[in-house]
Amino acid sequence: MKEPDPILEVENLSASTDNLPILKGVSLTVYPGEIHAIMGRNGCGKSTLSKIIAGHPSYNITNGDIKFLGENINSLEPEERSQSGIFLGFQYPIEIPGVSNLEFLRVSTNARRKFLNKEELDTFDFEELVKEKLEIVKMDQAFLSRSVNQGFSGGEKKRNEILQMALLEPKIAILDETDSGLDIDALRIVSSGIKKISNAQTGIILITHYQRLLDEIKPNYVHVMSDGQIIKTGESDLALELEEKGYEWTDNFIKEI
Amino acid sequence: MVNENLVKDVVKEPYKYGFVTDIETEKIEKGLNEDIIKLISQKKEEPKFLLDFRLKAFKKWQKMKEPDWAALGYKKIDYQDIIYYSAPKQKEKISSLDEVDPKLLETFDKLGIPLTEQKKLTNVAVDAVFDSVSIATTFREELAEHGVIFCSISEAVKNHADLIEKYLGTVVPASDNYFAALNSAVFSDGSFVYIPKGVACPMDLSSYFRINSGDSGQFERTLIIAEEKSSVSYLEGCTAPMFDTNTLHAAVVELIALDDASIKYSTVQNWYAGDEEGIGGIFNFVTKRGKCLGKRSKISWSQVETGSAITWKYPSCLLLGEESIGEFYSVALTNNLQQADTGTKMIHIGPRTKSTIVSKGISAGNSKNSYRGLVKMGTKATGSRNYSQCDSMLIGDQASANTFPYIKSQQPNSEIEHEASTCRISEDQLFYLQSRGIEFEEAVSMMVSGFCRDVFNQLPMEFAAEADKLLALKLEGSVG
Repeated sequence: MKEPDPILEVENLSASTDNLPILKGVSLTVYPGEIHAIMGRNGCGKSTLSKIIAGHPSYNITNGDIKFLGENINSLEPEERSQSGIFLGFQYPIEIPGVSNLEFLRVSTNARRKFLNKEELDTFDFEELVKEKLEIVKMDQAFLSRSVNQGFSGGEKKRNEILQMALLEPKIAILDETDSGLDIDALRIVSSGIKKISNAQTGIILITHYQRLLDEIKPNYVHVMSDGQIIKTGESDLALELEEKGYEWTDNFIKEI
Repeated sequence: MVNENLVKDVVKEPYKYGFVTDIETEKIEKGLNEDIIKLISQKKEEPKFLLDFRLKAFKKWQKMKEPDWAALGYKKIDYQDIIYYSAPKQKEKISSLDEVDPKLLETFDKLGIPLTEQKKLTNVAVDAVFDSVSIATTFREELAEHGVIFCSISEAVKNHADLIEKYLGTVVPASDNYFAALNSAVFSDGSFVYIPKGVACPMDLSSYFRINSGDSGQFERTLIIAEEKSSVSYLEGCTAPMFDTNTLHAAVVELIALDDASIKYSTVQNWYAGDEEGIGGIFNFVTKRGKCLGKRSKISWSQVETGSAITWKYPSCLLLGEESIGEFYSVALTNNLQQADTGTKMIHIGPRTKSTIVSKGISAGNSKNSYRGLVKMGTKATGSRNYSQCDSMLIGDQASANTFPYIKSQQPNSEIEHEASTCRISEDQLFYLQSRGIEFEEAVSMMVSGFCRDVFNQLPMEFAAEADKLLALKLEGSVG
């Protein structure tokens, strides 16, 4: 059987912000149905990698390529990347005062639907859809009438991110520390939500510090990042080993490189 | 640091009302003196008391100095280079809309204010003012059945002289300020509203002011009287053609609310703002004031100010009646080289009076946007309260926002609360919306309307939709 085409290919990617190099040659390929975990110390470039894939304007790609479904997306706007199926779950979801969560979700969902040549939804039809998706993250309808993320607790913000993922049905989701700041119950809700949304056609990249998320969602691959590079790649037991030995253990790999 | 070019493109404003109606007009010669005022008064066949009112105002104006305290900069206005009366030529007396020049009806059609019987807006009565005169007022008969008088102020002078003589200049005296004095001397037309005792006006009333000629000023005068236990919602819209000269607009609006009466006055101002280099545009110097004369009366101002090269405007409330309420909800958007110095005055005179101020200023381009407001508690205003909230939003890094709140309290048993904030649309917020598939332009526009939500919620429904569209339009452009 022919091997499926990759969803995402990051090839020897280097990037900087304000002339400060952050990524120094990262390569990563995600095939349909795969779950990748990226671990590493704070400041190692994990979040930057996720933002660059989503198209954050503060970073310049100095070398290398990002390919999505075989197409180079280096110069696409963030909204174009989202519409075509790349989703970034934010570590710190942004508050947007005055903009209703419902309206935000609807405009966002319709932008994706338009790209997929699906019919755009009016307020009534959208409410039906969103109610269904709220179930996945066990959120109350009251969240819809509030301003985007404003006054939400840490856990509520993260659940709102997964709600967006459920509505957008992305080809690939990069979830940046979605588990941070969650208690055990919320962690279960979020991880079971992620599992429900993903399938054999989608790819997931989990950026995390903790094994506890990986207990819930078992990754196919674990990558360890340090100083803007992936210094070690292994299977899910690498995360366990890392938890046991700490990042100091990985410092030896850097010397090897 | 938001990508500046993108922001510049986004806030580029196409002005859709900049056309000129080619119509024969009757204009008097340029300049201002007693003879001109007599001529205006004579053209309007006014009673003597009004001519005296005008001449007295003119004498005062001559002794006054143009104010320079506002945070505004502009070339000195040559008051002798302005035409003070300009009217489209038409038959002496018009008995129905059929006799109105079709060009005029077409103009208002184009502005989205159809006046003819077949097309007129269904729930709003409209008084359409073109340069110096009122063209038509719709739904007059229906309103008359309820005893509501809604007509041009020139007609009111003829048919309801007693009310005009009793109330004109009682809220904004001719000597109030330089521009009010000028208006009192030369005002040409405007709207008059009288709501009798106990009547809730059955529909919204609306005036639409259109400046057409480039060298005339517009000096309209509006007077609204709400008798005991009556209520009315009044809307005002404004546009003007694009000229490369500046046109002066100095209006006076007076509102009077008696016991338990309530007046809601909403404005969407979209006068031509001048081009990107600041050439042309309307100089908008307006005095708007309401008097809560009666007990438990209420006056509420809401405004969306998006146009004019210069806006100088402070819709205010004099809270005389005990437990009377004053409100001011404002959105002021400036772009390019526009300047706005706007705000309100809440003068608490009676006991247990209440006022609320919510001001949202948005500055883009190289514009300058200032909130200036006074809250005053008089000696008798025991148990009175004020709450003010002034928020500014900056788009780009060349725009400026100022807040000048003045607070004077002579009554220890009163409360004044003031909150202010300044924000910038952050790159992170834009990225968040964009990373959810929302286009850059739409993201900016969503955040701007979100910022204005508290004020839009106060506008009558059709107006709120219009205001939202107008802001989106102002922020529309080709994203490069």
